[in-house]
Order: sequence, then C-alpha cells, then structure tokens
Amino acid sequence: SGRVMAAGGWSWFRALALGVSFLKCLLIPTYHSTDFEVHRNWLAITHNLPLSQWYYEATSEWTLDYPPFFAWFEYALSHIAKYFDPKMLVTENLNYTSPATVFFQRFSVIFTDVLFIYAVRECCRCVNGKRAAKDILEKPTFILAVLLLWNFGLLIVDHIHFQYNGFLFGMMLLSVTRLCQKRYLEGAFLFAVLLHFKHIYVYVAPAYGIYLLRSYCFTASNADGSVKWRSFSFLRITLLGLIVCLVSALSLGPFIVLGQLPQVISRLFPFKRGLCHAYWAPNFWALYSAMDKALTVVGLKYNFLDPTKVPKASMTGGLVQEFQHTVLPSVTPLATLICTFISILPSVFCLWFKPQGPRGFLQCLVLCALSSFMFGWHVHEKAILLAILPFSLLSVQRAKDAGIYLILTTTGHFSLFPLLFTAPELPIKVLLMLLFSVYSFSSLKSLHRRERPLLHWLETVYLIHLVPLEVFCEIVFPLTPWKLQFPFVPLLLTSVYCALGITYVWLKLYVSVLSERSVRQKAE
Amino acid sequence: GAGKPPMYGDYEAQRHWQEVTYNLPIKQWYFNTSDNNLLYWGLDYPPLTAYHSFLCAYVAKLINPDWIALHTSRGYESQSHKLFMRTTVFVADLLIYIPAVILYCHSLKETSTKKKASALCILLYPGLILIDHGHFQYPFFFCMSLGFALWGVLCLSYDWDLLGSVAFCLALNYKQMELYHSLPFFCYLLGKCFKKGLKGKGLLLLTKLAGAVLASFAVCWLPFCTDVEQIMQVLRRLFPIDRGLFEACMFSSPPPCCKCSDKVANIWCSLSVLIKIKNVVSPQTQLKLSFAVTFLSLLPTCIKLTVQPSLRGFKLALVSGALSFFLFSFQVHEKSILLVSVPVCLILNEIPFMATWFLLVSTFSMLPLLLKDGLLLAYAVTTLAFLSTCEASFAIFDKTSVKDLQLKPFSVSLRGFVSWFKPFPRVVRNLFLLSVTLMGALSVMSAAVHPPHKFPDLFPILVSSVSCLHFLFFWVYFNVIMLWDSNSRNQKKAS
Repeated sequence: SGRVMAAGGWSWFRALALGVSFLKCLLIPTYHSTDFEVHRNWLAITHNLPLSQWYYEATSEWTLDYPPFFAWFEYALSHIAKYFDPKMLVTENLNYTSPATVFFQRFSVIFTDVLFIYAVRECCRCVNGKRAAKDILEKPTFILAVLLLWNFGLLIVDHIHFQYNGFLFGMMLLSVTRLCQKRYLEGAFLFAVLLHFKHIYVYVAPAYGIYLLRSYCFTASNADGSVKWRSFSFLRITLLGLIVCLVSALSLGPFIVLGQLPQVISRLFPFKRGLCHAYWAPNFWALYSAMDKALTVVGLKYNFLDPTKVPKASMTGGLVQEFQHTVLPSVTPLATLICTFISILPSVFCLWFKPQGPRGFLQCLVLCALSSFMFGWHVHEKAILLAILPFSLLSVQRAKDAGIYLILTTTGHFSLFPLLFTAPELPIKVLLMLLFSVYSFSSLKSLHRRERPLLHWLETVYLIHLVPLEVFCEIVFPLTPWKLQFPFVPLLLTSVYCALGITYVWLKLYVSVLSERSVRQKAE
Repeated sequence: GAGKPPMYGDYEAQRHWQEVTYNLPIKQWYFNTSDNNLLYWGLDYPPLTAYHSFLCAYVAKLINPDWIALHTSRGYESQSHKLFMRTTVFVADLLIYIPAVILYCHSLKETSTKKKASALCILLYPGLILIDHGHFQYPFFFCMSLGFALWGVLCLSYDWDLLGSVAFCLALNYKQMELYHSLPFFCYLLGKCFKKGLKGKGLLLLTKLAGAVLASFAVCWLPFCTDVEQIMQVLRRLFPIDRGLFEACMFSSPPPCCKCSDKVANIWCSLSVLIKIKNVVSPQTQLKLSFAVTFLSLLPTCIKLTVQPSLRGFKLALVSGALSFFLFSFQVHEKSILLVSVPVCLILNEIPFMATWFLLVSTFSMLPLLLKDGLLLAYAVTTLAFLSTCEASFAIFDKTSVKDLQLKPFSVSLRGFVSWFKPFPRVVRNLFLLSVTLMGALSVMSAAVHPPHKFPDLFPILVSSVSCLHFLFFWVYFNVIMLWDSNSRNQKKAS
C-alpha cells in the first residue's frame, strides 16, 4: 500500500511541503498590507542608493528599520526584481503595485520559505517519539511537521499580510536544532546572523546567552547539577565571542566606519512610537490600557474626574503616537524594559542553576519570548509567533506542554485576525483557522491519549467563546448603529479577550517550568 | 461580463433569479410578464433551482435588501455582494456535495488511510473547484446537482433503492443536465427489478420505484401542477422545443451566453474543423444524426447494465453514458464534462491511473473558459496539487499493468488475435507522460503566446481537438471494461 505509509521514507514530508507551497501560490492575489509597499521601497532604496544613504533615505514614510543583513538581502532581491518590472525599483514610485511586482514579491517569500522547510525537516529529525506509531499520521514527527509547515499564523502573516518571516523563523529553528544536536558553534553563528537580519529576535537572546554560557562554556557540571566553576573553558568563550564579533563586524562594520552607527540605532529602535501599536497587541499593556479606559469612563460618569483634563485622542485611532494614560500612571519605555527584565529573570535563573539540556533551553526560550511579548514596548501582535513556533517542538513531546500549546496557539492565532480586515479574506482566514485548530486539537489529543485530558473544562469554555466573539465582531457589530460611534470596539474586545488568554498561558507555563524544577530538586 | 451593461454577465443571472423568485409570485416565475422579462436572464432551470434562489434571496433580504430590489438592482456588484454569492455556493457545497463525498469514501472497502486519501483526491479535483468557486462569472452550483446525484449513487450502493431514486429525482429537478445520468440509473434499477423476477418482488420494486419518482416530481412541481399551461411553460423554458424536438434533447445548458459552442471537445466540433458539416448536411439531419449516434453509442452499456446489474457496472455506465452524451450530442457546453468527471472520481480508488489521467484531461479541456476568467494561476496550482496528491496517495505510476487497468478479461479474449506484449505498462506510462507534456505545453502557449492573425482561435481549437481525441480513447476504454466486466467476476468466483 502506497508510499505514504513507508515510515522510513520522507515522501510524506515532501507531500506536505509541496501542498503548502501550492496553497501559498493560491494566496498570491489576496490582500496585502502596507508591508508590501515597505519592502518594495526597500528594494528601491538598496538598488539605487549607495550604502551610505541607506539609513538616511526618507522619501517614503517607510524608512529602513531592519539591520544591515536584511538590507543586503533586499539588495540581492532587487537584482532579480529588475527582470520582472524595473519600475518597482524607482524610489519615487510610491505604492506601485503592478501584477509583475505582486507576483515577484509574493514569489520571493514562497521561494525563501525553502529555508524554513529545511529547518522543519531538521526539527523533525531531532524529535523522538515515546513509542513507535504504526500509522504515519500518528507519529510525532508528522504532527510537528504539519504544525510548523501549515502554521496558520505564519501563513497569513507571510503570504497574505506580507512579510518575510518564513526564512527568519527557519534560521531560528535551525539554530535551536543545532544546539539540541550539541553543535553549539553552528547554533550560535546562526543566531548571531539572525539577529542581524531582524533585531526582534533580541527578545530571546538571553536564553541563548545563558544556555551557551552554562552548557557550553562550562564543560562539566557537578553531580547535583550545579555549576562546576573549575570547568570553565576560556577557549570556548573566546570562540563564541569571536563568532559574535565577526558577524557584527560584517553587518555593522561599514556603518561604524562611516560613523553612522547612532543613525542606524535610532532607525532600528524608534522609541518615539507609542506604547501600543494602532491595534493593541494582546499583552499586559492592553489589559492595563483597557483598565485605564474603563476607569476613565466610570470616573467621568460619576464625576470623579475633571472632563477637561481627559485627552481626546483614542488609543486605537490608528495613529501611532505618544499619549498619556488618564487614571493609571503612564508607562515609559524604561518602565517596560524593567518589567521585561524582571519577568525573564526567573526562567533565566532556572536555566542557569538547573540546566536540563535542550528541553530546558527551549522552555526558557519560549518563556523569554512570551515575557517580552507581555511587557515589551510597542509590541506587534505578530510577535506571538516567536513563542508559538518554538513551542510546537515541546508540544509533541509532553502532554502538559500540549495543553498549554493549544491555548496559546488558538488565542494567538485569533489575535491575528484583525490584520486581515477585508471582506474577501474573511472566509479564507476563518476556514484556515478552523482547519488548523481542528487538526492541532485532534492530533495532539490522539498523540497524548494515554495521559489525562489536555485541557481543563474552563479552558475549553474560554476557547469555545472565541467563536461568538468572532461572529459578533465581524458580522453582528458592522450591522449595528454603534459602528460609526465606536469603531474601535471589536479591536478592543479582541485584544482584551486574547490578552486574558495569553496572560493565563504565560503564568501557567511559568508555574509548570518552576514547579518541574522544584520537583526534580526534591527527587534529588 | 463584469460591469458591462446591458447584460452584465452570468453572475448577474444568479442575482436576477434571486430577485425574480423573491419579488414575484410563483405563477409568474417562468412567464414573460412586464415585471419579468424572460429575455434578460429568464429562469431556465427546473423548479428546485428556483426554490434555492428564493432561499438565498431570503437571506439576502436580511443582509441588504438593495441586492434583490425589483428592477433597480440590475447589474448590482459590490464586494460584500460578491462575498455573499460566493458564500451561498460554498454553503451548498458544504451541505450537499462534501458530505456525500466523505460518506462515499467511508463506504469503500479500503484501509482507513486509503479512504482518507480518496476523499482528499476527490475533493481536490480542480474542475469542480474552479467552475463552482473560481468561475466568477457563473457560480454554477454544479455542486448541488452533482451532490444530489452522488447521494443517489451512495444510497444505491447500500441497496436503498427508493432513497436513491428520490435523491436522483432531486438532482434532476435541480438541473436538467442530469439527464445525462438518467439512463444508467434507469437501466440499473430496471435490471434489479428483472433480476428479482417480474412476477413477484421485481414487479413490487418497480411499482414502488415508479411511485417514488412520481411522488418526488409531484412534490417539486406542486406549485405548478394547478395549470397545464404552467407545466408546459416550464418545460418550454427547460427544453426550447420551438427550435425542434431533437434540438431540445440535445441542449445541455442555456444558450444565450455560449459563444464557445464551436470549440468544445465534442466529436462534431472537432470534425467541423476538418469538414464544414454545416455545408454538407442540413441542421435537421445533423440533429437526427447526432441523436442516432448518441443513442447507438449508449446502447451496449445500457443493455449490459439491464441484463447484469452490478454496482461496479452501474458506476462505469454512469461514466460511459455521460461521456457518450458529451461526445456525440449536438450543442454541448464545456462545463458538461463535469457530469462525466464526478462519476470518474467514484472509481478513482479502483482504477487510479486512468481516472487521474481522465480528470487531468477534463480540467485541461476547460482551459479556454478558465483563461477567460483569469484563473490561470488557480488552474496551474490546483492541477499540479491534484496530480501530486494522486501520485502520493495511490502511486499511480506503479499501477499501469494490464491487471491494474482492469483489462485482463479483455486481453484474455484477444489472446488469439493479439499477443499482449510485456512492455505494456511502460508504454502506457510513456503515453501518459507524453499526454501530460502536450497538455502542459498547450496550456503555457495558450496563456503566454499570441495566436497568429490568420487563426485567432488556434489555441482553443487545438485544446478542444486534443481533449476530444483523449475523450474518444477514454470512451473506448471505459466501454471495453464495462462490457468485459462480468467475465472477470465469474472468473473470480471460480478461483
């Protein structure tokens, strides 16, 4: 019976990868966001201007705000772009969207996803199932491949909304896999390169740093697992340092020579933007701002507040700007930094004091990503993918992680819905979301069926209520008269409801990681 | 035709039917009145389509009454309306066609993975997806009529004859094109009655079936039964008899929109490339000729099915019967190939290689239509996806031997005349690859190259001729396996 069943072969992987690529091709004509124009502009800038002008160019409002390696990537792409439509490389052609441009850009995303596919294959090699399954559809490697390759969030962010996350996540997963396979230097190198492609990955840098320091630079541990200070290897730390310095030199070197480093830094970290994006990412600050707004409304109603002192600007008016909270204290970038730092400390300490090898590292990575998402400044809701994708690796191995993963992924993906607000994309996003959710639930349930149920009934109730929320926001609300008066209500409801879920996941994961360590300590 | 007054294209037809059925009383639906101008997309499908349009109109009224306002909503097109129309097709698909496919695959005698693979391949068939969901100009609701027919086949496979015939009557009352499938249904059930003995159970079954058919027709046509004139008018709209009786039988779809009747993968169109039949033979004779040829081509399989009714023979008869109609009828629309493709999907798990080949050719034959709608990318992607899924699920390239192609009994009969050579599987495989390459090349050329000025229709004609040749070959093949089928059964029982 067909080659699909051959457990030794990778033909099923080929079929999955090919299938998702076909789906991506079908998504070529769909809606694309302003990010499309952003990347077209960068193609034009890097093609036409010399290096010294890249971070100074400001004809378009979408200035270059990714590190230099990404700029070089766009430069390479621009040389292929000129065969498709040379007009897209003209800097003045703002919002240029000829069919050839759309086709080229979309196809470049699909093509660079090859790196992601390769990384997923390496991840599947790394994952071991507890028991050999006869049916290919029940093996953990198959489930992991589907959860990663067909990940709903990545599909709609990369192939509809338009971004280049595929190959970047591929690099990250590849570096994680290399660390799991004890090829530390390769992993470190890949991560360093990744940082210079997109600096958002600095969120998970602490996990990498501490893990490499603890498990690689200290070559041995004591019997009880604590640090053996004498085993510190200067050679290894020098090698790591050399790799990081070399990569940074390659990337930032030219700009340091030109004396443009401050300009580059200011472009990369634009703190002038507000605490929340136009649509609030479902993190702690969304809950904070929602509380502030609620208290304002209550205060105005019962005349605790002076109406003249309340600012008029709506926080989800669509413009990114600095604003003040009314009732609760305002939040500064420094405050968010301190909160983030404090929130990642426990997981980092765990990684240092009781390293559990690659699994511990993955847990710390996910926690770092989640904590930064919870407390970061101007976090984009797309950043939830930074937590979801690595967590998939853990979900196919333990039932407890699978339960948390299901809540995180369903809530996280749902919070991405407002990114696609056009009518023709509504059926696509609902259908794909349903397919992915149904598959993840059924496959993980059947994979871990010998253990107790994955989800508590309250958690199931929470997830089920996402459906009426979606119906209300997309179908019922636009037909009511409140649509003109309070246009931000659906966005507010979505981000607050998802923020509750994500906060719950963050706390639960922390508790699970910390209690696991202490159980281990008690056992020893 | 989007955005082009005065006719606005076939999308407008569906919207107009919703307008007419919602706003006017039933008695006026099929009549030419001041409110209902039959020349502007008049209703010319049986009553179930009208009821379905009424249902959709009811929903449309709840969302936005402007969409179906009498007279004023002509040519209405907006993003949300497009979404609504597409959703109606999708809901119909979800409720009728997809469950039928899943239940059908569930009833197959295969391993669980094979069943899921079959269901996936059938659902991925590009032709139906592109015509129902992509063909923007004409949300054709093929999924409804084909879905009902599929339910009929499903019921018959469980020996629920009454339910099966009711389901098929529903299909017939949805689109009159299902007449293509009516002969196999009739012959199979008749054969079953004969088998049970005409004096006892057989006669009882026959009367029950007749009763069921009459009852379902009566229920569907109930509002029109009050007046003979009503029934006649509906029939006149379904089968434009004033153009000639034979023509009425040959018509498979409403003509006003069809400008492509010259380039269908049909025998007469392909022959007309070589010899202008119109000049040799008069229209009346043409019609009589095509009627006779169709009838003769159907005769062997129908007789075989009546004499030896088996489920496998029934499915094969559906295929060959519909294919005969498609090839030899006089005026056929390209979309009618779907009436052949869906039965072929049913035998996908038995003869995967030939079925996949046929389904690829059927999608290819609709290429000119798809190109007109700008569906080139969707066509390329879905066809490639379908081919790779079939290849991954059934390993079709390994199943090209004589035994796998069900040609064993035929080759046994031929042993005296032709020595069946060893390289048969390889030859067949190479033919397949050649055919696929040819189709791929023609697709690329149709899309990318401009035809020479002397022959502006070069590529559609090439596409239809190539498809017609393939279809003739498939017609011979399916007839052969159908006619030699019972021998293998007896052999199996003996061994």
